[in-house]
Amino acid sequence: MADSEATLTAHEPELKHHFDDSAQQLESSTLGMWVFLVTEVMFFGGMFGAYTVYRNLYRNAFASTSHFMNVIIGAVNTGVLICSSFTMVLAVRSAQLGQKKALVAFLILTLILGCVFLSLKYVEYHEKWVDHHIPGPGFQYADPRYFHQAQILFLLYFAMTGMHAIHMIVGAGLLTTLIVMAARDRFSATWHTPVEMIGLYWHFVDIVWIFLFPLLYLIGHTQ
Amino acid sequence: MNHQVVSVKVYAAVFCALLALTITTVAVSKLDLGEFNFIAAMTIAVIKATLVVMFFMDVRRATSMTKLFVGAGLFWLAILLVFLLSDYLSRGWLPSLRWL
Repeated sequence: MADSEATLTAHEPELKHHFDDSAQQLESSTLGMWVFLVTEVMFFGGMFGAYTVYRNLYRNAFASTSHFMNVIIGAVNTGVLICSSFTMVLAVRSAQLGQKKALVAFLILTLILGCVFLSLKYVEYHEKWVDHHIPGPGFQYADPRYFHQAQILFLLYFAMTGMHAIHMIVGAGLLTTLIVMAARDRFSATWHTPVEMIGLYWHFVDIVWIFLFPLLYLIGHTQ
Repeated sequence: MNHQVVSVKVYAAVFCALLALTITTVAVSKLDLGEFNFIAAMTIAVIKATLVVMFFMDVRRATSMTKLFVGAGLFWLAILLVFLLSDYLSRGWLPSLRWL
């Protein structure tokens, strides 16, 4: 018994002794990551719920704000995030195959695309600042009827895209860590759990944006 | 968990589908379809999210336990939204009760 354990640890140094094998270890990590992501779903779900309630209460006011959303930047950013999810999934694939160079390259590409997203977000926030569309004492709105109601929408806009952007910044930090670890040969075809887990996180952040984009930028665009 | 590596072709196909759906959702939003605009936008978003969850996050090949947890998460989200909206959306549906 002790002998077989000793040979196991010798072959798979990353395998913790309380797991039967690497596959079971990865399954446990995946399950744990999903539990965390479910709490994130509930967290963002609360904000989506608030958005839906206010959109139904102040339908016309919310529709009027979509004229001030930059649909082009929003759509480009959606594309950028989908590209980054694609490069992330290729990074995970490279890790599974134990291809170190490809892993580092795809992780760097993902990080660059994440930074492109955040830069475009900065341009958008700056537009809002110039247009006095930031809720608070300096707020100005073209249609005086909706002065108060539009502020609620812009508050939700900044809360939701802001929380999403914070998740992107955290993701960028995690990616940087992964790049350093990958460059130092920490991952192999048998053990690359952090790449898989941060991949799940990155795709989750992408999914949040998939819902934010139509809700904040596209709804009421024709009215 | 099945550890066979997925081919790049599958990922590329999902990636192209996601980009095509993004273009579709922007195109549909330019048409005036009334309430159907919202339904169409949300349907496309759900399809996109399902593609990401199933293929990029690999839930289609995950263990039953992970699938159960993902399903439970969605069910709890449904509780949150359905109960919240069944309150707010139904307000004013009934006339005020005079005997109260």
